[in-house]
Amino acid sequence: MSERFIAEHIKTLKPSGIRRFFDLAQSMEGVISLGVGEPDFTTPWSVIEASYHSLERGFTAYTPNAGLLTLRQSISRFLDTRFQVRYQPEDEVIVTVGASQSIDLAFRAILNPGDEVIVMEPSFVSYIPTITLAGGVPVIVDTYEKDAFKLSKEAVEAAITEKTKAILICSPNNPTGAVLSREDLIGISDVIKGHDLLVISDEIYADLLYDDTYTSMASMEGMKERTLLVSGFSKAFAMTGWRLGYVCGPKDLIAQMLKIHQYTIMSAPTMAQYGAIEALENGLSEVEMMKESYKQRRNYVVKALTRMGLSCHVPGGAFYVFPSIKSTGLSSSDFAEQLLMEEKVAVVPGSVFGDSGEGYIRCSYAASMKQLTEAMDRISRFLDKLKAKE
Amino acid sequence: MTEKALEMLRLLEKNAAYSNELLADLLAISVDEVKVLRKELEDQAVILGYQTLIDWTKVLNTELVTAMIEVKVTPTRGKGFDQVAERIYRFKEVKALYLMSGGYDLSITIEAQSMMEISRFVSDKLSTLDSVMSTVTHFILKKYKHDGVIFDQDNDPDPRMMVTP
Repeated sequence: MSERFIAEHIKTLKPSGIRRFFDLAQSMEGVISLGVGEPDFTTPWSVIEASYHSLERGFTAYTPNAGLLTLRQSISRFLDTRFQVRYQPEDEVIVTVGASQSIDLAFRAILNPGDEVIVMEPSFVSYIPTITLAGGVPVIVDTYEKDAFKLSKEAVEAAITEKTKAILICSPNNPTGAVLSREDLIGISDVIKGHDLLVISDEIYADLLYDDTYTSMASMEGMKERTLLVSGFSKAFAMTGWRLGYVCGPKDLIAQMLKIHQYTIMSAPTMAQYGAIEALENGLSEVEMMKESYKQRRNYVVKALTRMGLSCHVPGGAFYVFPSIKSTGLSSSDFAEQLLMEEKVAVVPGSVFGDSGEGYIRCSYAASMKQLTEAMDRISRFLDKLKAKE
Repeated sequence: MTEKALEMLRLLEKNAAYSNELLADLLAISVDEVKVLRKELEDQAVILGYQTLIDWTKVLNTELVTAMIEVKVTPTRGKGFDQVAERIYRFKEVKALYLMSGGYDLSITIEAQSMMEISRFVSDKLSTLDSVMSTVTHFILKKYKHDGVIFDQDNDPDPRMMVTP
């Protein structure tokens, strides 16, 4: 056994709770999966074509560490027109391997051992391990269904200690779909400014907002200088497999992050970067089309789950619903496992997104209407059977 | 037209089989509101019909021959192209008819049981119209995509993994 070679802090790192569930679902036939955290659309054809064309022209070399300047210029224009935040493409933007790498870069660049980072939960499974790996200490702030899973400024204030360095915010949130409005952001940003903290704002779902216009944390007064805006192409442009994201922020901080990026990654994949330019320049009409479709499916799934008697807040963005299954008396992992075994529908137990996700399941509605209507029928039948057993 | 009406039209254009109940859920309005909207759109002849897209090549002995015919015509004084267009579109085998810019005037899509039948249509009915000056017939060999739907799409199972974060 090679265990003696493994670092102690890696041995204690827990594998994602999603993994076990993935293995189970993957081994079965005829499963409808609502467990997928990515779009059901394929990448817009013009983006694929642009990337293909770049390969044909032989653009297969490294790009500058921070990414192609043309792409950074497109990102800068896009953020300006869409969210009214201005970044200098030359020195305030880094193109990364997915938004995940941006988050990793951010924590590695800012954390001294023992520095605390406030993270809201339920949240994306990578945040806490990324903080831990960078030597930081995650401080969890739970969010609740009664508040539509929004982070409150009071909860942030209460979690701050003298060791707090930063706070990570994700809106719209995976898995809850919760969205922080401009008013929410005003409250939270006041607290952040008051305690001189940095914000890592994961805005990967910013373009998938259904009932409102999006407000970026970086656009709030006095926040740009203390915000790392993280986003990418995966969700809005249906480009998950391309692994392309970006981070924008204050020049001096970006310069430090770029050092890590340059030594560990060199540059993000070149062909993906060419595709991404096309996505930003000409892909927005497809984003709008996909967004309308997600919104309709969200409306349908929320209605269908509510009719079954599962309470379900209406998520303002992303493509997940996060219904409560507390009425069944089952734990979220038991619920998900039984649903999978008995009715072959895969959902993700809320508990994998943090302790406060217990009692909930995450259903992605990035699936076809045919799959969704069938899945809703199966879940309804499953609930009826549970009731009959009582 | 309201945003909801437009959204409903976009949905029905893609799938005419959506029930009122499902449309109500998708649009987040009541079933009654859907019924009212639908009736208005039908009454205003915005919605002209509900059709099903069928790949007849998969049904034995039902294959039809489709051709597209380019037609040059002399427009009629006072009526322009409309009069001759009407004489053409009234034939039941004419599936579509468009007035075109460019090298010819009318584009006809025609469906029939056999090539012979189409050639009879062209020689007996179309070319004999006074205002028709010339025709060029193109037979369709294979349909790849029709009305936005790709034919013969491999029924590829979802390429995504079952569960991802």
